Amino acid sequence: MRAMSAPFCTPAVVLEGVVKRFGAITAVDHLGLTVPQGSCFGLLGPNGAGKSTTMRLLTGQAEADAGRVEVLGHALPGQSRQARAVSGVVPQQDNLDDELTVAENLAVYARLQRLPRAQRAAAVQRGLELADLAERADTRTAELSGGMRRRLLIARGLVHRPQLVLLDEPTVGLDPQIRQQLWATIAQIRASGVTVLMSTHYIEEAERLCDLVAIVHAGRVVAAGPPRELIDRWVGAQVLEVAGDPGELAHIEHDARGAGLRTRRSGTTIAVLDAEQLDGQAWARGEPREPTLEDVFVVVTGEQLT
Amino acid sequence: MTTMTPPISQRRFEPAVVGAILYREWRVFRRVWFSTAMGSIAEPVWFFIGFGFGFGALISEVAGLSYFEFMATGTIAIGILFSALFPGLINSYARRTERHLYDGILGAPVSVAELVAGESLWNGLRVSVVAVVTLGVAFAFGVDLGPGTVLVPLIAVFAGFGLSATGAAFAAKLRSWHGIDIVIGGIIAPMFVVAGTFFPLDGLPAWAAQLGRINPLFHTVELLRGAVFGFPGLTTTLTHVGALAVFNLLAWFAAVRLVRRALVD
Repeated sequence: MRAMSAPFCTPAVVLEGVVKRFGAITAVDHLGLTVPQGSCFGLLGPNGAGKSTTMRLLTGQAEADAGRVEVLGHALPGQSRQARAVSGVVPQQDNLDDELTVAENLAVYARLQRLPRAQRAAAVQRGLELADLAERADTRTAELSGGMRRRLLIARGLVHRPQLVLLDEPTVGLDPQIRQQLWATIAQIRASGVTVLMSTHYIEEAERLCDLVAIVHAGRVVAAGPPRELIDRWVGAQVLEVAGDPGELAHIEHDARGAGLRTRRSGTTIAVLDAEQLDGQAWARGEPREPTLEDVFVVVTGEQLT
Repeated sequence: MTTMTPPISQRRFEPAVVGAILYREWRVFRRVWFSTAMGSIAEPVWFFIGFGFGFGALISEVAGLSYFEFMATGTIAIGILFSALFPGLINSYARRTERHLYDGILGAPVSVAELVAGESLWNGLRVSVVAVVTLGVAFAFGVDLGPGTVLVPLIAVFAGFGLSATGAAFAAKLRSWHGIDIVIGGIIAPMFVVAGTFFPLDGLPAWAAQLGRINPLFHTVELLRGAVFGFPGLTTTLTHVGALAVFNLLAWFAAVRLVRRALVD
């Protein structure tokens, strides 16, 4: 499935009919998406949906069994070296070099990215500032906190000022406060004109940061578009959240479906979708709320994100 | 914000990238050089005391050298073997499977060939320090060093490159740390023993002696003896150099292929 065209133009990433198998398991199954330049694009899906494999396909660290993979006009895997020169990677797995200091981590990657000697010191300094670690430049990375490490990983991926940055689950495992800080950093990157392709299984993260979202399920894109459009298309204008015991919820579910409305269970509540169509039915007593991307996710995949 | 990097070469091997790998290793070495140097002193001292004085009391001369001179160059070769192959094996495995450093490095425009070349070259350079320290210990124990001794660091780099790449190749096939036992018992032990380091190959069973002649450590120790005590002749010397060159190429190709297979899905 293709993402939309306007208002962005030349694609930063094109995946068409991409298949990646690991033995009998098909991790990516005819996946297609187009990431416009200048956008912040979110791959939203649960663990095991194929997001990280898709990210690895874009860095040449996995090779597709079928389909077309293109990064900023470079066809992979043949031109992965060129693609990696103009993109930055922030992996899910923390792979900072603990034998080096903060500044050395950035300096090594400035060299690996082949920055000219005259630009390296400035690139390191810029990275330290982006990571807010200028005062920790000479600290061994092994001594950094989880949030600092994550910021340094992002700065390392941006040390050469790439046109595209691939963020694989950038805030996974971090506490809410640090997550908020990282969201600010990502927003800052985005504002500088860099295309951001991020995978996440946090709905709120995708809603807050992404212009475009592709919901990935079982290796396929099952829905794609701007979050608001997806919500309008799949969920409607309003959701009615009804709480109750399991017996009551089962009745409400039955009545709602009888009225031609879709529902979704969520713990001890049931959400009635397209609730704006309700017309004072007796069973419809609950809390109206704004629909979310999570509602879309459940509708299109039939699964809850955890 | 725009990309700052110069247009990238189509080549899959750029010396500047190998230089970046060496830079990373150098930054780490600056912090650990003392323990490397101290370890390089302690090991040969014990070899010289144990083998040199122990066996030296029983054996007066081997291949035209005193036993002490014979085993002193053997000790340098053993130092090269251990100091190149073990880091090649252990660091490569840990960086791939536990620290995930290679995933990070390959996210940059770096090829596996550059990665393996950089790390193997570094280990070669590092073992040249080990070889020089061992030479110093040998000198302190009274070994008379000839003018060709200046070539020892070069021989160490040359041999260390291939031995480190060999370690990386085996590391790429390991599925757990337990596999290292097989490499130690099946590869390192025979390389160590059947190499003409502490005793000549001539006394071994014919098959073992033949095996020894294709052992890169045998060619390393022969070159070391030539450098320290005088080369036997141009043809013989070039045969040892050629054998090591072939070994280095094979080890590097094998390491690149196997490490790539382990890293790229």
